[in-house]
Amino acid sequence: MTLTFLILAAITVAGTAAAMGMRNAVHCVLALTVGFAGVAALYLQLDAQFVGLTQIMVYVGAVAILAVFAIMMTHTPAPEQPPAFSSHWILGGLVAAAVFAVLAWAIGSSAVSMQPLPAEPAVGVQQIGAALMDRYVLPLEIMGLLLTAALIGAVVIAMDRKEDRQ
Amino acid sequence: MSSLQNYLLLSALLFSIGLAGALTRRNAILVLIGIELMLNAANLNFIAFWRYGPNPSALTGIMFAIFSISVAAAEAAVGLAIILAAYRHSRTTDLDRMNSLKG
Amino acid sequence: MTQEADQIFVLAKHWLMGYVPAVAQPIASAVLSIVPVLIAFPLLFAITTVLERKGLGRIQNRYGPNRTGPAGFFQPIADGIKSLTKEDIVPLTADQAVHFLAPVLLVVAAFLAYAVLPIGRNMVIVNLNAGVLFFFAVGSVVELSVFMAGWSSRSKYSLLGAMRAIAQMISYEVPLVLASVVVIMEAGSLSTVSIVERQAGYTGIWPHWYLFTPWGLVGFFLFMVAATAESNRSPFDLPEGESEIIAGYYIEYSGFKFALFFLGEYLGMFATSGMAITLFLGGWAAPFSFLTWIPSYIWFFVKLLTLIGFFIWIRGTLPRLRMDQLMNLAWEFILPMALLNMLIAGIWHFMQPGVVRWLVCLAIVAVPCILLRQGLKRRKKFQVRTYRYAD
Repeated sequence: MTLTFLILAAITVAGTAAAMGMRNAVHCVLALTVGFAGVAALYLQLDAQFVGLTQIMVYVGAVAILAVFAIMMTHTPAPEQPPAFSSHWILGGLVAAAVFAVLAWAIGSSAVSMQPLPAEPAVGVQQIGAALMDRYVLPLEIMGLLLTAALIGAVVIAMDRKEDRQ
Repeated sequence: MSSLQNYLLLSALLFSIGLAGALTRRNAILVLIGIELMLNAANLNFIAFWRYGPNPSALTGIMFAIFSISVAAAEAAVGLAIILAAYRHSRTTDLDRMNSLKG
Repeated sequence: MTQEADQIFVLAKHWLMGYVPAVAQPIASAVLSIVPVLIAFPLLFAITTVLERKGLGRIQNRYGPNRTGPAGFFQPIADGIKSLTKEDIVPLTADQAVHFLAPVLLVVAAFLAYAVLPIGRNMVIVNLNAGVLFFFAVGSVVELSVFMAGWSSRSKYSLLGAMRAIAQMISYEVPLVLASVVVIMEAGSLSTVSIVERQAGYTGIWPHWYLFTPWGLVGFFLFMVAATAESNRSPFDLPEGESEIIAGYYIEYSGFKFALFFLGEYLGMFATSGMAITLFLGGWAAPFSFLTWIPSYIWFFVKLLTLIGFFIWIRGTLPRLRMDQLMNLAWEFILPMALLNMLIAGIWHFMQPGVVRWLVCLAIVAVPCILLRQGLKRRKKFQVRTYRYAD
């Protein structure tokens, strides 16, 4: 295991564990941003430049900001704030630990995962663009429709209509 | 040189952290964030398999990851809009209290 | 001779690298590339603060600062000493860790954006395959820092200012990216070095800059409007307007952290101007073919200073836009124009060179622009102003 992988993995796991464990919701989202940045750095280490930079732009620059806006708008100040963890948190933790145990056993006992690192693929952004227009044009168009529907739907659902207020 | 196994173990760990958060947190927005984490872990899996796989020039892993990121962004937007609408109705984001259909 | 003068920094770096042992070569190479940028751009920031205050003063028919040093040019030193020695007041109820990290994140993100700007021939810190995407990805981290600054102060004014600033920045990020997609379409690459190299030819004495095409002209204008809004400069500086909401999201900051916000904002302005120069103004290429003997980095800084001069000029001339006017401008005018711009870039690419394609492309962009403007103006119902006076 190389040193860079260890450092990046430690940063990512620390950020995501803090994101799921902290009490203050805004602190959670900021720790999550560190986790997203760690994952983006891992993508860059895996020579997937386009996906890594898209990860930063979409997740850190848009999803995290959406989440903090939503937290700000639904914020209840400290005295009436509900407790952070649900009443059946032990069961949830056990289920997650069991899932991790099963996945780790499956990964450890497979022969595929012991491969060494192949040579760096000669893949640039141009090939991604050509593939998007050539072989993956249908998913691209469907993604455009999906994003349009999500945009309009989110605006309509979150709109503050006057007849909804009593 | 780190092998594929390290990346897969890391993505499994991220997935289970996201799952733990989605199952145990009370705030609806933090549950949504746990789901986003699970999507991220799956993306990491895709990219790791693309890199270590037999045919990286087919770009399959990268395409999956790009579309998955787009879908995750759309889902986060709509999910947060729904949470905002539910908050406006029931004045709380506590999932343990939003447990009855009649308002 | 001109070749050596042009490549003097590159040659100096190679000479210094000869003295570094082989073990430390990557680190030393990175440090030697980064340190000149870390010195040059804050120095430019210091000069710009003086130029801006003197420029604004002259536009407003007064002298700018003229006491410290010759004609006031030691003012940034005085400002630096003041901000370093001012007491750092943090509110008691503020979120201490987030309050501290917000300016740090802003400055880090602003500096990261310089990694892909080609400042001269062979003078780019890292030639990424997806350089323009890296630039915009790092630019979107700035919004998170703005939110951290506004929320951690636990003050109503700063939260309001932060939400307005973030809304403005995300609204103008889409036209900014779309205006640069036109250049990427035509150049066929996301790498800043190859975009500049495609603009480095000359026909006769005229350069091949993308500014001298109809889609480049419109794209440059849209990019500059969106860049002004992204850096919260006047006329889009309502989030930091001193007379409206008392400096918005950095109300509760004082001393060095305030200076860091200032530095981060100006560095962001320089970085976006640098990207505009790379995309539309030919990067380090000289404007006429008989001027190529002047070194390339000199041309980059001349163009950068010209754009900074335009920013200062516009700040002194135009009044501030209201928040809803700002957002309407972004979503109802700039965004459709950017989409039309992409259409005419495609048409330009497939028509024969000549006057006809100029006229066709300009008509396709000018007619909807005029119609859109008329339509938007007619929608606003202007009323006769009536005044009520206190008796």
